[in-house]
Amino acid sequence: MAKTLALTGNEAAAYAMMQIDPDVVAAYPITPQTALMQKFADFVSDGDVDTELILVESEHSAMSATLGASAGGARAMTATAANGLALMWEIVYIAASNRLPIVMPVVNRALSGPINILCDHSDSMGTRDSGWIQLYSENAQEAYENVIQAVRIAEHPDVFLPVMVTLDGFIISHGMEDITILEKDEVRKFVGEYKPHYPLLNSDHPVTYGPIDFHDYYFEHKRPQVDAMDNALGVIQEIGKEFAGLCGREYGLFDTYRMEDAECVTILGSTAGTARAAVDQMREQGVKAGLLKLRAFRPFPAAELAAALKSAKAIAVLDRSISFGGHGGPVFMEVCSALYNAGLHIPVLSFIYGLGGRAAEIENIVEAYDRLQGVARTGKVDNLINYLNLRE
Amino acid sequence: MSQAKEPGYKDLAIGGKILEAGSSEKYETGGWRTYYPVHDAEKCIHCLLCWILCPDGAIIVEDGKWTGFDLKHCKGCGICAEECPPKVKAITMMKEEK
Repeated sequence: MAKTLALTGNEAAAYAMMQIDPDVVAAYPITPQTALMQKFADFVSDGDVDTELILVESEHSAMSATLGASAGGARAMTATAANGLALMWEIVYIAASNRLPIVMPVVNRALSGPINILCDHSDSMGTRDSGWIQLYSENAQEAYENVIQAVRIAEHPDVFLPVMVTLDGFIISHGMEDITILEKDEVRKFVGEYKPHYPLLNSDHPVTYGPIDFHDYYFEHKRPQVDAMDNALGVIQEIGKEFAGLCGREYGLFDTYRMEDAECVTILGSTAGTARAAVDQMREQGVKAGLLKLRAFRPFPAAELAAALKSAKAIAVLDRSISFGGHGGPVFMEVCSALYNAGLHIPVLSFIYGLGGRAAEIENIVEAYDRLQGVARTGKVDNLINYLNLRE
Repeated sequence: MSQAKEPGYKDLAIGGKILEAGSSEKYETGGWRTYYPVHDAEKCIHCLLCWILCPDGAIIVEDGKWTGFDLKHCKGCGICAEECPPKVKAITMMKEEK
């Protein structure tokens, strides 16, 4: 029987971790993630989990300890944000290339500078090429449910990749919501027992992790990571369908809202809720507004997304991060690439928004739809890269 | 060794792991060598300092005596020649000629 609790996003993610009861968790504090691990430490102290909680001296150590535990055969997790993720960087790549199914909530925060602790996606977007699966959450409920599903996705024999579950700093991590929490037994049964591949601690079958790998084999060792990512597209949907049996909501690669014959906005994270309200408002005024909310950014569901967007008149992609020197935001570039390769010549606009916690209100999203209407009418893009709620 | 004989990416163990123990023996690090050791059997007193100190285990010993160098794995670091006692000096490093 599910129950409803008032929880912040951090607490909801910690609840998921408690119910998963991982073998090892490494903890190092960083705003706005700190409260997540603090809540998990409560569960450890209260005896709600059998987890070995390791307090480490930096995020580099947190990811190293998690990687070591995972290689040893443990179900291992950690959590971080922004500069903490940046300090983990080296080991983040190694975790993926060692094919270790680590699950890590990332509480999205601007990656300095100037120093800022509020939300944007510059931290996780920076790691988009690291080989981790990335699932973005719209609210605390999704953060809770994504963490649970992430375990199954990561440990799927066709995948065996680490998964980041992101939740927007403060907006989700510190905002309190009514969350439907499953029974611990249901979650334990859903995630099942972890069966590691070639654990280091199995002395009957000694193996080597991370040997030096030159020009003769390195390329061949990277290529299977691509296959695993491709496999994850199907696995994410398969696990999402199975999870629907527990929670009643089906999770896929992305969500669409009022997309019939629409001008469309593509978005990820907490602003999707605001964008839905903007869609409703625009529809009332007779504007054909629609929304596509990405859940999986890595792997990027290019073919599925192009199919979902094929009848859109014009598309705006809202990015909560900048790829400096790149051609628009990171999500924008992926969307354009997906459409181009599907032979779709739909005008697409890039909108950068919400950096460092800058508010993204309904009126800001409406501004993007207003621009789209003009583009949909004329088919011409006058200004490709745009900034919402930025003072000129 | 021709590249065509090497396994393709689908044939490799997941995550670049090596699934058998002691496989480093198969990796021929001798190709890195610039200098190779030459042994003088008349000078050698079989103290086995070279065997103790060789970082690659490339000194072959049988029945407590030096019997050869494993040139598939000797990287030519010269530690054996350096550590061979000054009064013995049974090992000399020579430049590899290609």
